[in-house]
Amino acid sequence: MTYSVFSLLKNAVTGHKNWAPAWRDPAPKPAYDVIIVGGGGHGLATAYYLAKVHGITNVAVLEKSWLGSGNIGRNTTIIRSNYLFPGNNPFYEWSMKLWEGLEQDFNFNAMVSQRGVLNLYHSDAQRDAYARRGNAMHMHGVDAELLDEQGVRDMYPFFNFDDARFPIRGGLLQRRGGTVRHDAVAWGYARGADSRGVDVIQNCEVTGIRIEKGVVKGVETNRGYIACNKLGLAAAGNSSEVAKMAGLKLPIESHVLQAFVSEAIKPFIDGVVTYGAGHFYVSQSDKGGLVFGGDIDGYNSYARRGNLPTVEHVIEAGVSMIPAISRVRVLRSWGGIMDMSMDGSPIIDKTDVKGLYLNAGWCYGGFKATPASGWCFAHTIAKDEAHKLSAAYRLDRFKRGFAIDEKGMGAQPNLH
Amino acid sequence: MTSFRLPTGGLVDRNTTLRFQFDAKSFTGHAGDSLASALLANGVSLMGRSFKYHRPRGAVTGGSAEPNALVELRTGARREPNTRATMVELFEGLEAKSQNRWPSLEFDVGAINQLASPLLVAGFYYKTFMWPKAFWEKIYEPLIRRAAGLGSAVHAPDPDSYEKIYGHCDLLVIGGGAAGLMAALTAGRAGARVMIADEHARLGGALLGENETINGKPSIQWVQEALAELASMKEVTILPRTTVFGWFDGNIYGALERVNDHVATPPEYEPRQRYWRIAAKAAILATGAEERPLVFGNNDRPGVMQASAMRGLANRYGVAAGKSVVVFTNNHSGYATARDLTAAGVNVAALIDSRANAPKLNAGKVPVLKGAVVSDVEGSRNVKSVRVVNADGGVEEIACDAVAMSGGFSPVVHLSCHRGLKPVWNEKLAAFLPPDTGKELVAAGAAAGNMTLAAALADGAEKAAKLLTALGFKPKTAKPPQADGEPYAVSPLWSVQSQHKAFVDFQNDVTAKDLPLAAREGYKDVELAKRYTTLGMATDQGKLSNVNGIALLAGATGKSIAQVGTTTFRPNYTPVSFGAFAGPFTGHHFNPVRKTPMHAWAEEQGAVFVEAGLWYRPQWFPRAGEKGWLESVTREVLAARNSVGVCDVSTLGKIDIQGPDAGEFLNRVYCNGWSTLEVGKARYGLMLREDGVVFDDGTTSRLGPDHFFMTTTTANAARVLTHLEFCHQALWPELDVQYVSVTEQWGQMAIAGPKARATLQKLVDGITLNDETFPYMAARPVQIMGGIPARLFRISFSGEHAYELSVPADYADAVIRAVMHAGAEFNITPYGTEALSVMRIEKGHVAGGELNGNTTAADLGLGRMMSTKKDYIGRMMATREGMTRADREVFVGIRPIGQGQKLSAGAHILNVGDKVSLEADQGYITAVAYSPMLESWIGLALVQRGNKRHGEKVRVFDGLRGQHYDAELCDPVHFDPENRRLHV
Amino acid sequence: MRIHCPYCGERPAEEFTFQGDADVRRPQGNEPSQMDEWFDYVYLRENPRGRMKEYWHHSGGCRSWLIVERDTDSHEVFGVTAARERKLSPQRKRAS
Repeated sequence: MTYSVFSLLKNAVTGHKNWAPAWRDPAPKPAYDVIIVGGGGHGLATAYYLAKVHGITNVAVLEKSWLGSGNIGRNTTIIRSNYLFPGNNPFYEWSMKLWEGLEQDFNFNAMVSQRGVLNLYHSDAQRDAYARRGNAMHMHGVDAELLDEQGVRDMYPFFNFDDARFPIRGGLLQRRGGTVRHDAVAWGYARGADSRGVDVIQNCEVTGIRIEKGVVKGVETNRGYIACNKLGLAAAGNSSEVAKMAGLKLPIESHVLQAFVSEAIKPFIDGVVTYGAGHFYVSQSDKGGLVFGGDIDGYNSYARRGNLPTVEHVIEAGVSMIPAISRVRVLRSWGGIMDMSMDGSPIIDKTDVKGLYLNAGWCYGGFKATPASGWCFAHTIAKDEAHKLSAAYRLDRFKRGFAIDEKGMGAQPNLH
Repeated sequence: MTSFRLPTGGLVDRNTTLRFQFDAKSFTGHAGDSLASALLANGVSLMGRSFKYHRPRGAVTGGSAEPNALVELRTGARREPNTRATMVELFEGLEAKSQNRWPSLEFDVGAINQLASPLLVAGFYYKTFMWPKAFWEKIYEPLIRRAAGLGSAVHAPDPDSYEKIYGHCDLLVIGGGAAGLMAALTAGRAGARVMIADEHARLGGALLGENETINGKPSIQWVQEALAELASMKEVTILPRTTVFGWFDGNIYGALERVNDHVATPPEYEPRQRYWRIAAKAAILATGAEERPLVFGNNDRPGVMQASAMRGLANRYGVAAGKSVVVFTNNHSGYATARDLTAAGVNVAALIDSRANAPKLNAGKVPVLKGAVVSDVEGSRNVKSVRVVNADGGVEEIACDAVAMSGGFSPVVHLSCHRGLKPVWNEKLAAFLPPDTGKELVAAGAAAGNMTLAAALADGAEKAAKLLTALGFKPKTAKPPQADGEPYAVSPLWSVQSQHKAFVDFQNDVTAKDLPLAAREGYKDVELAKRYTTLGMATDQGKLSNVNGIALLAGATGKSIAQVGTTTFRPNYTPVSFGAFAGPFTGHHFNPVRKTPMHAWAEEQGAVFVEAGLWYRPQWFPRAGEKGWLESVTREVLAARNSVGVCDVSTLGKIDIQGPDAGEFLNRVYCNGWSTLEVGKARYGLMLREDGVVFDDGTTSRLGPDHFFMTTTTANAARVLTHLEFCHQALWPELDVQYVSVTEQWGQMAIAGPKARATLQKLVDGITLNDETFPYMAARPVQIMGGIPARLFRISFSGEHAYELSVPADYADAVIRAVMHAGAEFNITPYGTEALSVMRIEKGHVAGGELNGNTTAADLGLGRMMSTKKDYIGRMMATREGMTRADREVFVGIRPIGQGQKLSAGAHILNVGDKVSLEADQGYITAVAYSPMLESWIGLALVQRGNKRHGEKVRVFDGLRGQHYDAELCDPVHFDPENRRLHV
Repeated sequence: MRIHCPYCGERPAEEFTFQGDADVRRPQGNEPSQMDEWFDYVYLRENPRGRMKEYWHHSGGCRSWLIVERDTDSHEVFGVTAARERKLSPQRKRAS
């Protein structure tokens, strides 16, 4: 059933009793052409593009919990393509282009909202680094504007310009950046994949990967063995543990990142803003909550919760940047597990095991990448070769010395 | 206006009358009132509007779970949106405003949404607003955002202050009700260090609103006695108005103390709120239980309240919720309400007990209808009557102006689930109970499912005694206080067939129909249903709605409630202000300030300061008549190049390294060698990270055979020390070496220029400075000014004949003044970081812009420093293919072509004639300066094969600033490439 | 979290700075044939769900590098030792 205002009107007449399920609830078949481990954003997007772009529909997405229960369901919803390096920039810009047409493509309103992403700077050195970045964006045709202090004042007059430890000197603005209703992305992709024949299977946990003579054969699950020709791992937050089932050791550490939402207040922060003098970024949702976050807690964790030092650290920065939020209240905090790679950039690649493909290491930037990640991973699985947009995200780049280190922090994941 | 204040009763102080305003109308109340009770006493039951449908709403609770009665409290910069009227203590002059309504609370245009409600079902927005595409951002979303939110935030800084405090105790008791007080008494009597926190102004919990007896006395009297005893114990800390909002790893609790929210403005020097981080050896969760609403038609009308809240209104505040009340219950709570209201003189028209086989309970003279349900409330902005469906199916209408409802009790389990465990469904209690969280946090009383007063009292004492025994205390076991009370029995009633909308989540307008709809559409998991319907996502986080919602979802999916389970309980239990979390660490106090020992001198010299990490450094020293920074900086550079300049470089990291293995240690942490460095000499050192990328650089001097003095960049000072500590302690503990940061122990200044030596000569004791006694790269302890110990280094970042003079920090101020005096005849000139930067760019020295975390030693033209004779950090990884490939961006100079053309840092480099694209990108400009010596703009850059392209014309792309210009790559040493000036 | 520093006693976790897996050992030697060993040391991590030994630096205290055994799921801390007290790896003993 196509969603539209007409279908909504039609169903309103019948008391909404006749809506079809957005997706089936299929039992696993004995075998599939492709199995994707992980029913999150990237896994579902991969299945969707496998079906839609490559015509591969005998596909199962196996999710150990509920659909979108990983980081797609617990992020701060930001999209942007303000990347510096040639290995990243075209990939994220393609993701942005896919976002821009996503809702019409999969017939689901994910509330893609390009209200702008503004990164503040507080020193000449930060300005120069943003200038370098903004120019790299321009070279790929990506929009970017360098604002001075007045430019930021014009957008957000209530920021702290006059009593700051690190005064705001300006910012790098990408107007096409913004936010997307995160859960809806998972739902839209799931519904789109399901309608093309993909089996989206919830509560199906992969417990083992069967490999014979270097060739992947299938997966053991809590619902029995399922065979496949190709297996794609897209289990962010658990990548290392899943990869271990296939004998792989990854250049990844898992860390917890907290995020927060305030009580709903009348919108006054239009776009996404990141602080340059501390770990804080914020946007305001269409419901009115300030959605914000900061740095990872900084220690290895698989627990989806963080601790108070980071909470304080983030909020100190928040009030320093926007004194007006002091009397607003923080409603809820939560945590997600970030698979932090050794250079802060992701991995989309084949592995040494034939038929086994890896999508991992998204750090805390996976959400914005969802469409392009699905697009490129589907290509990699379908064609057994890297897509040119994700060609830099090879697993062997670490050994070969081709790290993509936007922050320049080196092989220490918790600093990316 | 009719008064609903009862003639007697309540804990309010009827002798103190307080004036307050709600929506600009004046009212009075009493000390001890909440804003909600005071409004209800004045007959005001309409206090807010709901989020989606803008339905009229009143207080449904008497506490912190309140979803409806949210107001904007206070005015001006102290305005707080979404404040629960039920938790606001009335104070003189209080001003509150209703929110999410226009033009007024009574006539809210937004209520028109109710007409469209057939369309505005759960998840409707995911299905529409997609066409035409451009309309989402231009029309639909702005409309949605206009409707979003409840109250509005101020746009001004908060005039109040906040504090942070750490607490440590043996036992933290969370909740000051019957169980909590017993736990605290038990622990206090055993001599334990106790903290007891309660979210209300008075401790006592539910007892404040009940009409019970303990040991034959009114329960409130028992509460007073217990509090008095606790107050007399010096190891007991009582924290009223304090909400423990989260449980964290290591048995750490976050708590918010509302120190001065109950007064108009905090007294001088007192915080508004205090944020606690409490480390407890053990804790008792005595948070009680929250009464569940029942789900029936128009159950959201102002005047429909929790049964416990309604009798609390009478018992605690002396206020009647109405003139004639109908009670609707599935457990004994409704009976207590009927009795207490009757006793207070309020007419109770009927008690509707949904249980056909309800036990015989005392309802006084109130008629009891067993097996009946209230299907609907009639009335638009208040309650006019209820429609009752009797056990036999007959329908009757009962006139009333208030409805008390009780759907049973949900233990307040939240904190026990903050660390990942899920609560456990208990069929008999029809409630989720806390999970077994071990010995760190133990639930007691109603929070543990002990729903009667007697059981709660006993449980509090028993659980505390057990925890204390485990901690090594010897608590006395006394007979718990005696209390009467009916045994708790409940028969679940999750919803009632109704004609009108029946609300599950009041604030977010989630109705009983939304959950089955979500399930039908595939959103069957409780987390999916929550996200699709927004159940439990409002400011009350589903405290009232979640269990009812879960039960309805269970019904719709054919699962049991236990199978459906809960969503995740997360901090904060109730919302906490940003200000409290931030405490004093905002604005100028966001980070500490570091000042060098020469700061005061620089201030006197008129320095413009700039942040450098936590430091403030002089950026330049403007003089009268100068028209801008460039003029000042140019003057400073010319002074240093032509005569002598002085610059405070104290912020450089300084590390003193000693021990027999100090040299070997340096060999391993630097890529270049140190074995051959003579005592009395300095050497430039380059450190790599283990991945082969350059980490930091600086000069290190050998002051003795086993004694080195290392300097680092200002930015990396702390990180280098940490790195050295790691390398020594974790990698090579066998090395006999010690090191300590002496950054703050030494003040250091650079004295640079042709007259540097002549200036210094006047200060240095006993040495004639010349190229023999103190050659380039000499580094030695000296005495200055007749006995001040100092270290003198003949090193140069400026490219001039220069020295760095290091003195104990306490002498630094005096010494720099003496240097200024000594140099006066040469017109010695202080210079700041800008002039420093100009001179380093002129000389092509690398700095922060080039040490960007991605450059190798070879990229920076320093590849020959990488020793092949020893192991050192980063050696192996620096040999990888990608690190040594020919097309890496390497260090090069750049200068504009064309008179007067500026350069811009962050601009990229293209080959002449190439189209603009990332593929064509050749590199970028890392730093630029106006060179007074060359009278031109100059720059440094990282460009592919740049070291082989000196003299090549390139195109500079600065699209960000709308500039494109030609430039020429060149040697990065723009000035004095032969280094003649070092030896002038 | 709270960490028991062997020198300073039990202190809140924010006094400490984390630096990853303490079970990795820096290889001895720089022969090109050892690249795999080095790659493993610098880049690959077991990253277990559950118990692991990890480096924490008491950066806001005595500045000791510590080896903390901790559960990455429950965040429970089992034990702490000073890195400098660790026995030399068998490999290094061989080398010396």
